[in-house]
Amino acid sequence: MNRILKHHLFWPIAVLAALLLFNFLYSSDFFRIGMRGGRLFGSLIDILNFGAPLILVAIGMTLVIAAKGIDLSVGSVVAISGAMACLTISKGTGGDSLALVLTAAGAALGLSLLLGLWNGFLVAGAGIQPIIATLILMVAGRGIAQLITDGQIITVNSPKYQYIGSGALAGLPFSIFIVLALFLLASLLTRKTALGLFIESVGVSPRASRLAGIRSGWVIAAVYVFCGFCAGIAGLILSSNVASADGNNAGQWYELDAILAVVIGGTSLNGGRFYLTGTVIGALIIQTLTTTIYMTGVPPTITLVVKAFVVLAVCLIQSETFRQALVQRWKTRRYPAEREVARHV
Amino acid sequence: MKMFGKKWGVLAALIALMLAVAACGGKNEGASPSPSESSKAPAASESAKPSESAKPSESAKPADKKVVLGFAQVGAESAWRTANTKSIQESAAQAGFELKFSDAQQKQENQIKAIRSFIQQKVDVIAFSPVVESGWDTVLKEAKDAGIPVILTDRAVDSKDTSLYRTFLGSDFVEEGRKAGQWLVDQYKDASEDVNIVELQGTTGSAPANDRMAGFQEVIKTNPHLKIIASQTGEFTRAKGKEVMQAFLQAHKDIDVLYAHNDDMALGAIQAIEAAGLKPGTDIKIISVDAVKDGMQAASEGKINFIVECNPLLGPQLMEAVNAVLEGKEIPQRIVTKEGTFTSEQAKEALPTRQY
Repeated sequence: MNRILKHHLFWPIAVLAALLLFNFLYSSDFFRIGMRGGRLFGSLIDILNFGAPLILVAIGMTLVIAAKGIDLSVGSVVAISGAMACLTISKGTGGDSLALVLTAAGAALGLSLLLGLWNGFLVAGAGIQPIIATLILMVAGRGIAQLITDGQIITVNSPKYQYIGSGALAGLPFSIFIVLALFLLASLLTRKTALGLFIESVGVSPRASRLAGIRSGWVIAAVYVFCGFCAGIAGLILSSNVASADGNNAGQWYELDAILAVVIGGTSLNGGRFYLTGTVIGALIIQTLTTTIYMTGVPPTITLVVKAFVVLAVCLIQSETFRQALVQRWKTRRYPAEREVARHV
Repeated sequence: MKMFGKKWGVLAALIALMLAVAACGGKNEGASPSPSESSKAPAASESAKPSESAKPSESAKPADKKVVLGFAQVGAESAWRTANTKSIQESAAQAGFELKFSDAQQKQENQIKAIRSFIQQKVDVIAFSPVVESGWDTVLKEAKDAGIPVILTDRAVDSKDTSLYRTFLGSDFVEEGRKAGQWLVDQYKDASEDVNIVELQGTTGSAPANDRMAGFQEVIKTNPHLKIIASQTGEFTRAKGKEVMQAFLQAHKDIDVLYAHNDDMALGAIQAIEAAGLKPGTDIKIISVDAVKDGMQAASEGKINFIVECNPLLGPQLMEAVNAVLEGKEIPQRIVTKEGTFTSEQAKEALPTRQY
């Protein structure tokens, strides 16, 4: 029992379970999953589908944070990637050909990699503080996205492209499989090779790692490139889900949600140890919370307050210090009563 | 005794002096409003004067001197805005005005700079769409002092002093909400059962979201069968519109009507409705506001039943207002843009000739 309590995933999973339980009590329909037109249909599926981009961005963010960095530009990269893909498709001839969709996705992902490399260069090469270095792209990126879309919303009509974000494979949304593939890739790379250890050691102390023979600069650059790549895929999913690219609004505030997911998942912002599974659960908590708010009809004016309270509660539960303080208070409270019982026996 | 008397005398003199000063001060205070009032009065007559003086100058030499209109646009952030810009440029050319156009790229500083340069260039009329509501008093005062009339388009400013601008030309969002509600009331006037409405609001707290909601609710109150069962913000975007609609569809089994505060959210919701295996426009009636191209396209396909136009083509009306101001005519403080509504059939007809 104690070992389960001590496990780093215990609290995130408990919170997620509590949220789901609340939904179950509020409306038992929540867990109902139906079949419609060869695909599963229900709130849980929606959470996975709409949560997919956030999970992707959060996975990338986890590695960046583990290397003692932070990437504020992910939201903008999401917008740029979506804009690039939609522009390529709308400009291209042949409408719905697979080649065109692949070119579009390739162009978008290539650009995202480049943007990740830019962040990596600023942080590792130029030695700028990560929060400032990525802030540059966060601000400029929106401009770039609007430049690509010419300030308009680009609507594309390409069922093949829409498949990425709203298509179904074996009854499940295709985006879930993308997330699964990327999660496995990240897990394998970091847990089955020495890369994960490198990232953690760079996150704890870049200088010590360098002296120990790790190329800190390359490791740091690599995590930013990976983060950009994840954000790029998230951008494809988001834009293909609504079949349009909105340079102004796509991926807005994603960086904050992603950081929150990482923290809920148990990774410290100080770098070092990281938990990819925790991050995924953290992102699912955020998406479940959003869906819960929509389903229960919380008035829009207080939505953010409700969200803030839940997030506060989650973070407090997560905090070791807070839990210990609670336990201690409970113990000292009980103590006089116990003493009394002991005296009367 | 003598000395004492002298002391008292000095004291009395001092008190008398102080009283006099105080009285003087009081008088000054009492008098101060009148100079400022009188300074206001000349200012008011001053602002009236240029238009009077502009009138003869315009009527005297309309052929050799073009009217110069300075226009400071917000930016080019949306299709709506681009259409707005184009309309103003075209109708200025048609009216034979010389248009000095400035794009503020959504920054207030740029817009203030542009207005100052218009003042320096002594344009005849300044028109602009304020990026934000507040912080315009100083620059508007400068324009007023220079005797250049100012017309606001599309967005308002929150200045207490309404004499700083001549008129505000723009959409009435409450009226848009009312039009949307009116169509619904007409559609369901014989309804004997409850009609379940879900609402996708705009960005929480924004003027269009608040007003479109208020106008809509005001009208549908007349029929107790019309019930809003869920209302949530879709932040004016397609992605959020789809996400929220999908949750609505899960939570409520019997949605009859969707009211979206703009076309983009409606377009996102349409995708959600289609994914749920329902027919938008038939199974769920959809009402939306804006009438941008993609929205009109969806309407012409019957996916949106009713669109209330939020008209960006206010160029012609702006030029009329400019003429009226220059001729010294009294114009209302608020001019509402001419806006239409479209049913699916009307949208199909109007689509080929739409400019935006």
